[in-house]
Amino acid sequence: MSSQKITVENLSIGYEDYAVMNNLNFEVENGEIFVVMGASGCGKSTLLRTMIGLQDALSGSISYGGKNFNNAPEDEKSEMLRYFGVLYQGGALWSAMTLEENIALPLRRFTKLSENDIKELVNLKLALVGLRGFGSFYPSEISGGMRKRAGLARAIALDPKILFFDEPSAGLDPVSSRRLDELILQMRDSTGATVVIVTHELASIFTVADRAIYLDNKTRTQTAIGNPKELLKSGNADVRTFLNRGVDPLSTENKL
Amino acid sequence: MENLPANSKENLSTANAQIEIADEVALVRISGDWLVSSKRPDFGAIIGEFPAKTREIKFDCSSLAKFDSSLICFLLKIYDFSIEKKTPLNLASLPESAVSLLNLATAVNLKTNESRNYRNKNIFHEVGTHTISSLQKVKEQLAFLGEFTIAFFNIFRLRSKFMASDLMKAIQRSGPNALLIVSLISFLVGLILAFVGAIQLSKFGSTIYIADLVGLAMVREMGAIMVAIVMAGRTGAAFAAELGSMKVNEEISAYRTFGISPMEFLVLPRMIALVLMFPLLTIFADLMGIIGGFAIAWGMFDINYESYLSHTANFLNLTQCLAGIGKSVVFGVIVAMVGCMKGMTCGDSAEDVGLATTSSVVTSITLIVVADAIFAVLFNIFGI
Repeated sequence: MSSQKITVENLSIGYEDYAVMNNLNFEVENGEIFVVMGASGCGKSTLLRTMIGLQDALSGSISYGGKNFNNAPEDEKSEMLRYFGVLYQGGALWSAMTLEENIALPLRRFTKLSENDIKELVNLKLALVGLRGFGSFYPSEISGGMRKRAGLARAIALDPKILFFDEPSAGLDPVSSRRLDELILQMRDSTGATVVIVTHELASIFTVADRAIYLDNKTRTQTAIGNPKELLKSGNADVRTFLNRGVDPLSTENKL
Repeated sequence: MENLPANSKENLSTANAQIEIADEVALVRISGDWLVSSKRPDFGAIIGEFPAKTREIKFDCSSLAKFDSSLICFLLKIYDFSIEKKTPLNLASLPESAVSLLNLATAVNLKTNESRNYRNKNIFHEVGTHTISSLQKVKEQLAFLGEFTIAFFNIFRLRSKFMASDLMKAIQRSGPNALLIVSLISFLVGLILAFVGAIQLSKFGSTIYIADLVGLAMVREMGAIMVAIVMAGRTGAAFAAELGSMKVNEEISAYRTFGISPMEFLVLPRMIALVLMFPLLTIFADLMGIIGGFAIAWGMFDINYESYLSHTANFLNLTQCLAGIGKSVVFGVIVAMVGCMKGMTCGDSAEDVGLATTSSVVTSITLIVVADAIFAVLFNIFGI
């Protein structure tokens, strides 16, 4: 994959008999942090699952670096998956393995590095997320915030070109949430990876997003795209209301 | 919930609502105690009093005493009615707290015309839905079988990658760790068989044939069957619960997004472990059953172990032993396949994990009995 630009065209997502979102069209540039936002249940996670190939699109296309992903043959898809790093909502660490083993598994599987090199890399990835010395811990032995960071360490194990985050701040206290946001920004700045984040945490949206897309569950499509701070000033009323915790900053008759 | 100080002196025990029409404006006079425990008026009758053409609906609450959620329920019905008839609702004279609660209740519009709303559907819809859902399950299970077959043949192409430590762990869990329960059950089954046989055989003075009876029953049937049933409840269920929980926690998705086949990584080691351990456990169960039989023969009829063992050895032949062991391999495949399939195809909630586990045990045992019946017919045809 020469470029990590993401192009989504006329995408419909959902389940066999039920389209959650229709007609999604957007592009994510190289090295951009792009946030998918919207109310709970609007289809943000479904979009993410479709973008990483865990769910089939109902129609439309998703391309990475100009290469079609959702209609590609399985082997091509698997090859493209190697360039993805995904952080799931709960971390999704493999519970039967220690943190070290979690991070080492993809390295052992997809590289021909020696065990020493793998160990060094694992330590580096753990250090990057502030978990130095926690390698021998099992996921059940660490806190939720640490699990998220360990999940991020595993997600960046293979130096992915595109990072996907599913509700990274969910269940975290404000301090841990802020730390994770800063970590995401540092990761992007240091690796140049393209980042797609699904979230409805306003603090995170304003901290990390270069651009954001708003999925509206009333119209079942995207209704705004742009920088969140600009959308707060000039987006449509629903987006402004969403970005201002249920109160439209431009309306004279605010009600919850 | 709320008392209205202005009217609290009045002691009205029932809730009342009357409609007065004047100049196409409907005035709803609400009076009495609107409490959940009060006797409330029939809403249908009140609605029936509204004329076809109403310009506005107003309220008069001057005689309202106490109220709780029951008044808000009533107001919500009037609200829905006004929306349906496109009649403006004037809330001016309602208590402030009631208006505030009504606003809260109507902040989000009633969700209607959703394609997922299956309520009030007829029997044909129910049958159709169940048929489609059953077909979907069959499709998922066929996909699992297909994916598993590819992963299985990848072993012979040396392209299958799973961790040796995972295989050893699965072998440890499904072999040595199961010895105690398999020993106990098999010993007791041998004991029961001997006891039941002994009662009949002692009538003919042929108690020594307990050895033949127990030996044949254990080696041909009971050894493999008991191991399969114990393992279905123990290891197969554990596989389903373990993989199901991994699915709920998105661990399976994490494998997929790394391009690692969960089939190769999670299912194959478990399958190989069970297929390797089943014959060994069956041989062990056969021996324990024979020992159980001997315990009865020795304890009740004073048959010594030389006679018992020589009778057993003379009666059994290699074909019978291999028949039992051959069956155990098939039972191993069934238990492993069903356990892993139920886990991998389970839903995304804790309840689904429970259902997958239960279903794994029930399906395994059913398939084991069906397979055993097929074996019985085949062995009969081939004279084994």
